[in-house]
Amino acid sequence: MDQKLVAVIDYGMGNLRSVAKAAEHVAPANTRIIVTHNPDEIESADAIIFPGQGAAKACMSALLETGMIHPIQQAAQEKPFLGICMGLQVLMSHSTENEGISCLDVIQGDVQHFELNAHPNLKVPHMGWNQIQQTQEHALWHNIPQNSRFYFVHSYYVTPNNQNIIAGTTTHGTTFASVLSQDNLFAIQAHPEKSADHGLQLFQNFLQWNGQ
Amino acid sequence: MSLAKRIIPCLDVDNGRVVKGVQFVNIRDAGNPVEVAKRYDEQGADEITFLDITATAHNRSTMVHMVEEVASQVFIPLTVGGGIRTVEDVRTMLNAGADKIAINSAAIFNPAFVQEACDTFGSQCIVVAIDAKKVSAEGETNRWEIFTHGGRKETGIDAVEWAKKMESLGAGEILLTSMDRDGTKIGFDLELTRTIADSIQIPVIASGGVGELEHLCQGILEGHAEAVLAASIFHFGQHTVQEAKQAMQAKGIEVRL
Repeated sequence: MDQKLVAVIDYGMGNLRSVAKAAEHVAPANTRIIVTHNPDEIESADAIIFPGQGAAKACMSALLETGMIHPIQQAAQEKPFLGICMGLQVLMSHSTENEGISCLDVIQGDVQHFELNAHPNLKVPHMGWNQIQQTQEHALWHNIPQNSRFYFVHSYYVTPNNQNIIAGTTTHGTTFASVLSQDNLFAIQAHPEKSADHGLQLFQNFLQWNGQ
Repeated sequence: MSLAKRIIPCLDVDNGRVVKGVQFVNIRDAGNPVEVAKRYDEQGADEITFLDITATAHNRSTMVHMVEEVASQVFIPLTVGGGIRTVEDVRTMLNAGADKIAINSAAIFNPAFVQEACDTFGSQCIVVAIDAKKVSAEGETNRWEIFTHGGRKETGIDAVEWAKKMESLGAGEILLTSMDRDGTKIGFDLELTRTIADSIQIPVIASGGVGELEHLCQGILEGHAEAVLAASIFHFGQHTVQEAKQAMQAKGIEVRL
């Protein structure tokens, strides 16, 4: 039986173990999940999970230090790739966090803060269970009902240049792109590893996805 | 369509076991944290908070092991608090699988620690716990101060100013407990909750005093809290989290059902 190798990218930012545990919980028997910062393992993996938490600047520094920038950019072009939270935001070209920082530029567009002036009563961070409206059909939405709630915790959101890659939206004051899908890449602002059954279903779908 | 208000069962942990005798109907050995957390997850809890009530060095390693166990089987956010004093403490708990860390007295003794923790791990995982007591006399303008040691020691710090300061240091959330109401079952201190919730941009979790489902609704509607935390109302099988959410929904509160 062919073994499928799934690499959870470790660059020292946050909840890797939770992500790996959730994926393992629903992984088919022939799937091996590793947590790694070794570029060779990322290259040989069949699929990539790219989590992340914290600040954009700290994430980019950590990626630079661990020599992970090129391997991630490469993987994001060629194999099933799941970005989660900061692992979505740093895929963009540029973030306004920490007075502005260049990101991985896998997806063209920006990352910006929730607009507090327009919504004075808005609580930020956006923390808790909010709905994702699925705006595209996708293999990763299999068995996840429209408008299901996922667990979010973030103060910034992505604004892709190409609106056609938005696969899900969420409303917190403003309606923002909470899920992007581009070829073999699927990236979500929420935390599927903390989103109970719907989150586990998303991992299960990802582990069965061929990236097309 | 918007963000749901959260219900958070809170569990006191001593030496790796849930204490205060959590009792689900027909479930024995209810002190097992994994079993208790699973049960609350099944009932639809939005998060679970574990408080290490003894927080000794010996208990710390047991607590880490417990968090690892729970986090490998329960896939909702977990908050851990009790005796967290250093960046290393925070890192250990996050690595074990905690999503948020509650900092209480260490914030008072060393406010720079809150900032250091937020800068290192991000605001999203740092909750500052505030234990407040009313200090104004009857007829005076309401005023609350921070107390430590389970409400026994005063600090002279104004609770509202303290919450603002914690927000400015980077805290992602405030867990606000009224020491006047804790254990009374007569409901939250709604004025305290509302005053602080309206003074800061970060979410406030209301805590202390829940005795019936209506109190949870009041915490949201009148206290302006984003989340409500309760212990005994759920532990003794008086109500399930599901029932609490139905009661909140009936009042027009958005919940995850």
